Amino acid sequence: MIPPHQLTHLDRLEAESIHIFREVAAEFQHPVMLYSIGKDSSVLLHLLRKAFYPAKPPIPLLHVDTTWKFREMIAFRNSLPARYGIDIKVHINQDGVRQGISPISHGATVHTDVMKTQALKQALDLYRFDAAIGGARRDEEKSRAKERVFSFRSSGHRWDPKNQRPELWDIYNTRVHQGESVRVFPLSNWTELDIWLYIYREQIEVLPLYFAAQRPVVERDGALIMVDDDRLPLAPGETPQLRSVRFRTLGCYPLTGAIDSTAATLEAVIAEMLVARTSERQGRVIDQDPTASMEKKKQEGYF
Amino acid sequence: MDQITTTTDHAEQIRAYLTQHEHKSLLRFITCGSVDDGKSTLIGRLLHDCQQLFDDQLAALERDSVKHGTQGDAIDFALLVDGLSAEREQGITIDVAYRYFSTEQRKFIVADCPGHEQYTRNMATGASTADLAIVLIDARKGVITQSRRHSYIIALLGVRQVILAVNKMDLVDYRQDVFEQIVADYRQLAEHLGISKVSCVPMSALTGDQVTRATDSMPWYAGPTLLQLLEQADITGSDAGRGFRLPVQWVNRPDSSFRGYAGTIASGMVTPGMAIATLPSGQQSTVARIVSADGDLERAGPRQAITLTLSEEIDISRGDVIVEARRPPEVADQFAAHLLWMGDAPLLPGRQYWMKHATRTIGVQISEIKHKVDVNTQEHLAAKRLELNEVAFCNITVSAPIAFEAYADNRTLGAFILIDRQTHATVACGTLSFALRRATNIHRQLLSIDQQARATIKGQTPRCLWFTGLSGSGKSTIANLVDRRLHALGYHTYLLDGDNVRHGLNKDLGFTPEDRVENIRRVAEVARLMTDAGLIVLVSFISPYRAERELARSLFPAGEFVEIFVDTPIEICEQRDVKGLYARARAGQLPNFTGIDAPYEAPEAPEVHLRSAELSVEALADVVLGVVVQS
Repeated sequence: MIPPHQLTHLDRLEAESIHIFREVAAEFQHPVMLYSIGKDSSVLLHLLRKAFYPAKPPIPLLHVDTTWKFREMIAFRNSLPARYGIDIKVHINQDGVRQGISPISHGATVHTDVMKTQALKQALDLYRFDAAIGGARRDEEKSRAKERVFSFRSSGHRWDPKNQRPELWDIYNTRVHQGESVRVFPLSNWTELDIWLYIYREQIEVLPLYFAAQRPVVERDGALIMVDDDRLPLAPGETPQLRSVRFRTLGCYPLTGAIDSTAATLEAVIAEMLVARTSERQGRVIDQDPTASMEKKKQEGYF
Repeated sequence: MDQITTTTDHAEQIRAYLTQHEHKSLLRFITCGSVDDGKSTLIGRLLHDCQQLFDDQLAALERDSVKHGTQGDAIDFALLVDGLSAEREQGITIDVAYRYFSTEQRKFIVADCPGHEQYTRNMATGASTADLAIVLIDARKGVITQSRRHSYIIALLGVRQVILAVNKMDLVDYRQDVFEQIVADYRQLAEHLGISKVSCVPMSALTGDQVTRATDSMPWYAGPTLLQLLEQADITGSDAGRGFRLPVQWVNRPDSSFRGYAGTIASGMVTPGMAIATLPSGQQSTVARIVSADGDLERAGPRQAITLTLSEEIDISRGDVIVEARRPPEVADQFAAHLLWMGDAPLLPGRQYWMKHATRTIGVQISEIKHKVDVNTQEHLAAKRLELNEVAFCNITVSAPIAFEAYADNRTLGAFILIDRQTHATVACGTLSFALRRATNIHRQLLSIDQQARATIKGQTPRCLWFTGLSGSGKSTIANLVDRRLHALGYHTYLLDGDNVRHGLNKDLGFTPEDRVENIRRVAEVARLMTDAGLIVLVSFISPYRAERELARSLFPAGEFVEIFVDTPIEICEQRDVKGLYARARAGQLPNFTGIDAPYEAPEAPEVHLRSAELSVEALADVVLGVVVQS
């Protein structure tokens, strides 16, 4: 008699993600994993290493650097090769740098488009990647809730939400023509809580920015913006205050709002999240655009 | 649902809480119904009552409701789940949306699917990963065509558990008789469709009655709420008790000292030391280790993503299936299968597609559409082609044998998708029912004495000598002589003669084309059993159709089947007319007589071509004998 075999929901999510990673490695010529340094990327990297253990992951990492990330994020990224013995490519849109594009001078929308979306497309074309793995989750936003795990992109990196390939079981259609590509989301079925529970269970290292600490912030339009370096111009009379804050989500520092918090440990962060009344993307300035902005951005190639 | 006091000091308390959260099970379900049935309201209600909606999401929803909503000033939950702008503008669900919520016991993934017929393929997408389906019925309408279609699609995709949610009970005054009638109607439908487990709940998504909380509006109903049914649904499944199957996804070779086979277990348990075989090749080995990043495992089961190493190295690559040697699945290359067509261009039998089955992608062809199924009435219809969203039962042929199981027994080894070779679009999903013929080089059962052993003891090579030709061509005369000569030389033979077999095994068959096909099929199977026993079998049958002779040939390993064309001009046959049959046929007394009013399709490339008009019977027998004895 065989005893019942019961997997927990985290076991099932982990197995599903590993299956997806292996499928990408097996079926694509030039896959890449987009690494954005945040908690979801930390989980992705952990799963990537597990999927191919004991071998080194056969999929390279790429960070699209907007040049406005928190300093702590860049330091964390730069420590990866030494810690895990993996390579990480960094791509910056040099056209954007030459034009002096910044979230300060050009606003969130232009900055994100040039330094993130266009930069990503440049990198994908430059290295001829036919599959790009990202950490997006369906619970983040309602157009993401509709996206496939293997999400087809035409040769211009465009997403056609009304005409997606049917995706059944765990049988993924990985066929693309020259120039076409697929975005792959191994964390599709994970929620924010799952991510934290998994980080807790697996003791995955994440950035200290996720934990509360005294940080210099200014309050703008209801968002707490951290003064991470001297590039953030202060309004007359505006002085950074030290407040106990942490971040639920991380992007470009002038575009990412912190939350007041005293949660300095993993347990405390999770406890705080369980009673949270706002979604994690509320801290993203970029998402405060008109409704369906995510769908539009995604159609144009945003991750 | 999730209640906790935020006190960072109580680390212990939080740890206990996390432990409980970590050990939740996961249930994936699909909701079937349309916006009119209150489907979106139901999902919104579940998310809302399980506190899965955040304040900023609610605020956005309120803004959207004013702009696009259909509920006046009230919140329109449909806008929450319909995430695409086209959906919100048109007020319909186009594609599947996945939603997440959890309770103390379980985490849930909801696939919210469109209900319209033109989005059937998207509904199938949602159903393919579901453990359970909620079929939503408007109490005022009862079981309607749409309910039938939805139930048929979920049954087709193998969902065997249904919660029948009879919604809008508030609009029928919470009447018990209305509910009971709908339940009775639905149970009948479910039984017809093979849905084994149906739980029924009367409710109102709008008021919240019986969704997440029991109310006193229906004192006659003492059963569980919808949420309780979701929490209690059995998800253990029987996969763990079945034979071990691991479709190989990735061969892990970091260096020459390690060779692992990575994949997700489709069914069964595996332990180190287990005897395994790899299919379709059939090579055997033993499991050495179950490798994982968290250390070697002592055992692993369904849905786990693992890496195996073997004690004795054998040739395994992606697409192969590692199976328990004691309980292997079948290997075949022709199947009967259900197909749901998802392509914009119609399916045409005979055209080549790619089939992705587990981790293997191979060429496939739909050889025949047996019948189309009307998704609304489940009526069987004749069809020559298949259009978008149509379902059919088909015969399919793949370009090489694959290990498979019926979809009802094993979702992973029974499911497949079809990909268009030009556009690369996913044009169909399908489920395998059974093999039409077994593969040529694989044994169903790993018999301890195989054909080789049986043949060796007889000192011969098994053969099927298939004599085909017109009535009166001399087939039986030559076959008889060959048989006698072989016997004299000490060979173990048997002669299957058309006339004799029609007196016994095939006495129920006539001479219509259908019966002739079946006649040949049976004889070919008998001949195959005999060669399997090591015999040299002589078959003397008119066997007029090329297709059936090819079918017979396909049952044997390459080289074992020898087609012998006894080529005698019909004039000579008619002249001989040993049995007086031609005369009767000419007189119209024998309809469907081969060569007269039924066709004879001559072999195009027989192994042996006997021109009987040119040689004596003895000389012809020598030719055949030469083929058998030299090998």
